[in-house]
Amino acid sequence: MNQQRRDALRITTVLGLAVAAGLMSPREALATETWNSAAFDTKNLNDTVKALGGSTVAVSKDIIINAPDIAENGAVVPVSVSTALPGVQQIAILVEKNPNALAANFSIPAGTEAYVSTRVKMAQTSNVYALAKVDGKWLVASREIKVTLGGCGG
Amino acid sequence: MRVRALEQGGVTEIKVLMRHDMETGLRKDVGGKTVPAHFIQQISVRHKDREVLSAQFGASVAKDPFVGFKFKGGVKGDKVTVTWVDNLGEKRTDEAIIG
Repeated sequence: MNQQRRDALRITTVLGLAVAAGLMSPREALATETWNSAAFDTKNLNDTVKALGGSTVAVSKDIIINAPDIAENGAVVPVSVSTALPGVQQIAILVEKNPNALAANFSIPAGTEAYVSTRVKMAQTSNVYALAKVDGKWLVASREIKVTLGGCGG
Repeated sequence: MRVRALEQGGVTEIKVLMRHDMETGLRKDVGGKTVPAHFIQQISVRHKDREVLSAQFGASVAKDPFVGFKFKGGVKGDKVTVTWVDNLGEKRTDEAIIG
């Protein structure tokens, strides 16, 4: 093998690795915006709404929270949120008395139903908020869930 | 990660179970040392070339996160792909065929 060919091979390999590393960047692979650390640092509903780009929030009876009234184990509390309202763009779930209020924020594209189901941790008995961005406006529903055994301790 | 995709009447229901400790960064181990935060931050679900759900998680999503949702337009036999990325940059992708 002559020296020139070796160099060519070496350069190709290095370039290939660089491209592969670039392609495997998690952010790019997900093709979504970066994680909204400001929103996940908020301690209450109004600050969360602001960090998500809203200004005001209105209480709505049309947003339905499906969750147990009493959660024996705060480490795993099933919560699902749904609404029959059209034009839902985002659904967020907040736990008022957790160290950070926002648990999850879902983006709902056209064609996906306004329904999400997940499980959250709860440090103690607290209101759980379901926040929905509907046609650019933020709406909220709340529900108290009693916790027998907190889910954030050691 | 376990991904289930079931189509009925034009609506596909997706259920995803991710295996992840979802450490908050606030918990202490038996020795009193703080366990560093380690949790999934973003997930993306794609049906063929289209994103049908994306989400951002905080540390208060429960350990081994579950996500369920429904979308229109899926057909039995189509592929659904789920990817998550955590706060340390670890990622995982799995797929399922709509049944």
